[in-house]
Amino acid sequence: MIVDAILSPEFLNATLRATTPILFATLAAAVAAKCGIINMALEGIMLFSALFGVLFSAMFQSGILGLLATMVMGGLIGLLLAFFVLKLKTDEILAAIAINLIANGATILILLMLSGDRGVSSSVKSVPLPRISIPVIENIPYLGAVISNQNVLTYVSLIMVVVVHIFLYKMPLGLRIRAVGENKNAAESVGISSKKIQYIALVISGVLASMGGFFLSGGYMTYFTTGMTAGRGFIALAASFMGGNTPVGGFSVSLLFGASSALSNILQLGNWPYEIIQMLPYITTIIGLAIYSYVRMKKRQKLSDRG
Amino acid sequence: MSHNVLEMKNIMKIYPNGIVAVEDVTLELQKGEIHALLGENGAGKSTLMKVLFGLESPEQGQIFLNGEEIQLKSPLEAIKKGIGMVHQHFMLVSSLTVAENIVLGIEPKKSIFVDMNKAIDISKELAKKYNFDIDVTQRVEELPVGIKQKVEILKALYRGADILILDEPTAVLTPQETEELFVQLKKLKELGHTLIFISHKLDEIKSICDRATIMKSGKSKGTYKVSEISTNEMSKLMVGRDVVMTFDKKPLSLKETALKVRNLIVEGTTGVVRVDDLSFDVKQGEIFGIAGVEGNGQGHLVEALTGLTKKYCGDILIFDQNISNKNINEIRKLKVSHIPEDRMTLGCAANMNIMDNLLSNQYQSSEYSGRFMLKLKKIEERVNKLIKEYLIKCKSYKQNVGMLSGGNIQKVVVAREFSTEPKIIIANQPTRGIDVGAASFIRQRIIEFRDAGCAIVLISADLNEVFELSDRLAVMYKGKFSGVFTDVKKLTEEELGKYMLGIKKDEVLEGIIYE
Amino acid sequence: MNSSNKFDILRMVLAVGIALLISFLIILIASDEPLRAILELLTGPLKSTRSFGNVIEKMIPLIFTGVGISIMFSANQINLAGEGSFHLGGLVATYIALNAAIPMGLSPWVCVLVAGFLGSLVTAVPAVMKIKTDSDVLVSSLMMNYIIVFFANYVLNYILRDPKAGAVVSFAIPAHIQLNSIIPGTRIHLGLFIALAVAFFGYVLLYKTKIGYEIRITGENMDFAKYSGINVLKVTLISQLIGGFIFGVGGGVEILGMYSRFSWTSSLGYGWDAIIITTLAKKNPLYVPFAAFFLAYLRTGASKMSIATNVPTEIITVAQGIIILLVVAEQFLSKYKHKMIAKEARLSLSNAKEAE
Repeated sequence: MIVDAILSPEFLNATLRATTPILFATLAAAVAAKCGIINMALEGIMLFSALFGVLFSAMFQSGILGLLATMVMGGLIGLLLAFFVLKLKTDEILAAIAINLIANGATILILLMLSGDRGVSSSVKSVPLPRISIPVIENIPYLGAVISNQNVLTYVSLIMVVVVHIFLYKMPLGLRIRAVGENKNAAESVGISSKKIQYIALVISGVLASMGGFFLSGGYMTYFTTGMTAGRGFIALAASFMGGNTPVGGFSVSLLFGASSALSNILQLGNWPYEIIQMLPYITTIIGLAIYSYVRMKKRQKLSDRG
Repeated sequence: MSHNVLEMKNIMKIYPNGIVAVEDVTLELQKGEIHALLGENGAGKSTLMKVLFGLESPEQGQIFLNGEEIQLKSPLEAIKKGIGMVHQHFMLVSSLTVAENIVLGIEPKKSIFVDMNKAIDISKELAKKYNFDIDVTQRVEELPVGIKQKVEILKALYRGADILILDEPTAVLTPQETEELFVQLKKLKELGHTLIFISHKLDEIKSICDRATIMKSGKSKGTYKVSEISTNEMSKLMVGRDVVMTFDKKPLSLKETALKVRNLIVEGTTGVVRVDDLSFDVKQGEIFGIAGVEGNGQGHLVEALTGLTKKYCGDILIFDQNISNKNINEIRKLKVSHIPEDRMTLGCAANMNIMDNLLSNQYQSSEYSGRFMLKLKKIEERVNKLIKEYLIKCKSYKQNVGMLSGGNIQKVVVAREFSTEPKIIIANQPTRGIDVGAASFIRQRIIEFRDAGCAIVLISADLNEVFELSDRLAVMYKGKFSGVFTDVKKLTEEELGKYMLGIKKDEVLEGIIYE
Repeated sequence: MNSSNKFDILRMVLAVGIALLISFLIILIASDEPLRAILELLTGPLKSTRSFGNVIEKMIPLIFTGVGISIMFSANQINLAGEGSFHLGGLVATYIALNAAIPMGLSPWVCVLVAGFLGSLVTAVPAVMKIKTDSDVLVSSLMMNYIIVFFANYVLNYILRDPKAGAVVSFAIPAHIQLNSIIPGTRIHLGLFIALAVAFFGYVLLYKTKIGYEIRITGENMDFAKYSGINVLKVTLISQLIGGFIFGVGGGVEILGMYSRFSWTSSLGYGWDAIIITTLAKKNPLYVPFAAFFLAYLRTGASKMSIATNVPTEIITVAQGIIILLVVAEQFLSKYKHKMIAKEARLSLSNAKEAE
């Protein structure tokens, strides 16, 4: 029964949908990791963006404008993180934890101050982004049901995998980001300002994460709730890491997490206790992390003697 | 006379920890010269050059380029003004190709993408122009050291460097590579480049430099024409006194065999043999020196001897006990001390205080701790005693080790390792990168321990050190001993050099094992 | 005291000051009666024995978490699973209190100890994963927290839930197992002494014992520790077991001291609170009670404020984040510091010259 459910196009469709926010965050994590910084603030940036998405789209009465404004805010939070880490030499993990804390408190405060809602944005008339069907593909049996009729942002997230790949490997800025991440001193020695590059990378990371956050409240759901990111930012860190901090690798791992999220929805229909099902994505992450790290450790041990 | 292309006037640099690295130094460069910047480690040469390359901002002083005052706030500004630097530790991104490294930061573009083909062409042409034989499509991680350095020089030249700073460029090179480098440097000079050559090797300065500015403990001791100053005078200015290089040693009196190594093979996990079938003995009361160019297996040998690695075949016996199943702690309990090669990574915890750092090999002894608790009173007494005995300059034992100078940090390491009444001391580069005073103090202590009957293995790349201290000297080359000398006094530097570079090799090693 | 320490303290005071100022600004914007709100925030906790009691009650769990994380951070293990240990500790203490027949008088102690042991298992998972597979402790420990919350919800719903109670809560814990209140008119309980003892224990452990020395040395430079003959894997594991144990005990104490039924259904955030406390206490357990008091005071003030006015308590979460940001920011005020040190160096230089 469950096997049937897993092979059903509905399940794969749900997988893609559940993958979307994690994928954006994973790309964000990868760009930051390539410049040498662990962006643990993804969680906070996404949470902020989930709220801003609702507020901005309601303000402009336009999903697109809401998204753009949210991306600007995401970039700004990335900039704030960069300022503390790079300018004020704050430990990147603690700075990120601080930003996540601020996000927890501030989202509730802001929502309350602006709308009077406590915890759920029920009175905000936000405008989510629409689902769209793709003309030719939607008619292909099975595949159409999987791929078509997704939210715009789901397609954007898939396109972003390619865009971020080209950005990192084919463009000057990407080359510089990789150089800074691998050997900061080397980059500095040719006059690349490693700080400037890291600032840019963290802003890009913030923008990418904000798209994932926007999707949560303006696609996946149509309203904001307190703590709705539910650790997706952290899962994305793991996904990016397991994908070797490359966009394509990160994409495949995010799919796995998306699938485990979608699976929990399917299992809910069976007799499984809800609480156990909810654990699935986190258990998947922790096991995946262990396996990946173990393999990497063995590989490293083999390479450790070069030089 | 040629004019001054560059003047640095009254430069002062104070680091955040309060150390005055450069104090009121003036440096003038003439167009088209090779100018030596000479001084001991820690004399302030590197700091002065970091100021010139925009990596550090000085507290005081001015810089003039062709008579015009300039501000250098970043390497980028320095590069734009035609100043390039070849760093001692190569500034290359290993996973990128030579061409990518050369164009990094000023990449040729095709619309918004990097034009890789053009980058390769540019690099090839550049290499050809300066007569450098390099395959620009190779990844940097695959290149030998000498070639990496050439990539560094090409990088600077591609950026239009008129003034090229070379920070101890020969430190990592073989003599052959050094000669090749000198030919290329002379060619650069002919092409009109001005070079700053940082070194503390007098013969090299004599052979290619025009003038030399000598620095000592952050101050300038003046600029001299190399042809008009003798090496003796230079060394006097550098160290402030004639180099004292002889130590009083008691006549050799050998006791028990402390260390027995038989057919030791240390292998990397990729199967590369790092230590290749070594056998030797060391007795109490002698210093067994191991000379050699760095990277010929000395590090792996030390790791095996001290228990840092267990991946080896063969036998290591300490006072007839095989250590293959003993961990580092158990080996230390056999009275083995270890002065590590790199004091900052292995030898200390920079953010902990002097007491904590002096304690690490003694806190378990019943004198300084009970079953769970530390005996802090006794520890304090001991620490204060060690600070006095080893002349460690500090405010109190509560100061963090990272705030001390290199020499004093090394003294902390040595004080700790020597304070446990060791019977065997493995000293790996015990005086590298520290001031003359501290170095000679440490060497003196090593001799005292030898005189008192300690067995000492001294691994050093400093020829003076191995010559002066060793009772027996072995040369390590590609994981094997290429020669062993029981009468070190008869050995010449030239001869030693041949063994170090593998030009000469003895098939039969006499005097390496005691019967 | 040297100038470096003075600056650290100055910086901390300023960081807290700035965070409070920002909070006041937000209150000014958000509240209809900002002055009253600020006054409540600052003096609310002092207005009655009961409200000051609230500060101490809130301080107790914070001390446990602050000490627990300080020990783990001292070993340089950024293990955030203490949150899970605390949560599980509360659950386990409840479970035992409801199910095991333990002699009177001993009961709370047994509950709390078992809570500690299971708490240490939670932090051990990321620790063992790190040792066996080289997995990043940060990510795995965060995942643990989510897993524990759902697990606790499962146990609560399927095993401990009192169907007669209106809300999702466990059966009531018998009164004799609960920790007694020690000051009339407040709910301050015996746990206060346990917490203070744990803080003192943590301090002695880190600074006066062999294992503490090994933990600190391993945390500062693992290679140096290895070279010194310390078994670093053992030491990092022990530090995390002790840390998790303290978190677990904290959870048990909190349930037995402050609740009569287990009712935690979502993450409590104690893991994050622990971070600000250890930041303010500079990883020294002896300072943890002070930092915990500070945070508890703010929290109590905030809830008084939210009752009296319309400003929500979350404002303190924001202030908390700002404080961490500013205290950890090494370069915050560093220009001033460098100037002072440079001045000192110049002075001693010219003194030395005069002496010549």
